Amino acid sequence: MTVDQSLGIRVNGEHRSVPGGISIADMLRALGLDPQRVAVERNREIVPRSSLAERRVEDGDAYEIVHFVGGG
Amino acid sequence: MTAQQGIKADNWTVAGRTFNSRLIVGTGKYKSLEENAAAVEASGAEIVTVAVRRVNISDPNQPLLTDFIDPKKVTYLPNTAGCFTADDAIRTLRLAREAGGWNLVKLEVLGEAKTLYPDMRETLRATEVLVKEGFEPMVYCVDDPIAAKQLEEAGAVAIMPLGAPIGSGLGIQNRVTIRLIVEGANVPVLVDAGVGTASDAAQAMELGCDGVLMNTAIAEAKDPVLMARAMKAAVKAGRLAYLAGRMQKRRYADPSSPLAGLI
Repeated sequence: MTVDQSLGIRVNGEHRSVPGGISIADMLRALGLDPQRVAVERNREIVPRSSLAERRVEDGDAYEIVHFVGGG
Repeated sequence: MTAQQGIKADNWTVAGRTFNSRLIVGTGKYKSLEENAAAVEASGAEIVTVAVRRVNISDPNQPLLTDFIDPKKVTYLPNTAGCFTADDAIRTLRLAREAGGWNLVKLEVLGEAKTLYPDMRETLRATEVLVKEGFEPMVYCVDDPIAAKQLEEAGAVAIMPLGAPIGSGLGIQNRVTIRLIVEGANVPVLVDAGVGTASDAAQAMELGCDGVLMNTAIAEAKDPVLMARAMKAAVKAGRLAYLAGRMQKRRYADPSSPLAGLI
C-alpha cells in the first residue's frame, strides 16, 4: 500500500492502482465493466458474482476478468 | 405417424436439455459479429460454442458477442479451446460457469498446436474433476471407441469425436470408428471438427450421430450465411436418411424397371 492509501493490483496481467477500501464490484465499474457480464478470478480463486459487492480489493491482488467471446 | 410429424418429434436430449436442432455452431473466425449472428440464425442452431477470454480493460466498450447472439435465446456452450492441460481447462470452465451460470460445457484439452489433436490423458483427468465439481461436460475426443467409453464412464454427458483435425475441413476420415462410437455409446455422440462441406455433415448424421458441431466450415465459406443454410439442410437430410435406413449395397447392378413385359 502506498502513502495515499491506493492499492497496487494486477488486472489481466496489467498493473493498476485503485483507491483503498474499494469493493471488487466498484473496481470493475471503475474499469468500465459491468459486474453482471464478467467472471472474476482473484488470486486464482473464483469470486462468486453475488459477493463482488462485499469483497474488498487487497493490495497485491491479481485478478483475471473474463467474458464470452466468439470461439469454436 | 406422417413424415412431417416424424421430423417434428425427432429431437435429442443432452444432460436433461432437449433440442430440436442437431447442428451446433461455433462463433469464431467470422468477419464481424453481424455476420456471425446472421450465420447462427440461418443455421437454425440452438447451441453455439463460445470461448472464455480476458476482457480488454484498455477498451471495455468493444462490442460484445452477447449483444449480437442472445444467450437467452441460444444456449451458450463455453469451451476450453486453446487449453493444453487439464488444469487450464478446469480453470477456464470454472470461470465460464461463473460468467454464464450454467454447468453444460464443452471440454477440449489439446495435445499440440500443429494438429490440435486432443490429449486424451489430460482430457480424461479433466472430465473426472469437472464431473466431481458438478459440471456436465460434452467432451471433444479422438475417434477411438475405447477412449469414448472411458469418457462416458467418467461422466461425460456427450461424446464428441473429431472427424478430422480442427479447422481442416477434410471431412470424416474414419467412418468405421465414428460408427463404432455411436453403437457403443449411451450418451449423445456428435462429430466435432473436420467438417468441410454439407456432404460431410450429412455423412456424420447418416452414421447415426446425434448431431454435428462445426465452426470453420461455415465461417470460412465464401458466403457463410448460405453455407449455414446448407449445413442446416445437410444435417436434416442426413438424419432423415439414417432414420429411413439406407438400402443394402450390392456389387453389381439391379435394374429399377421390371424385367417382365419387355418387348
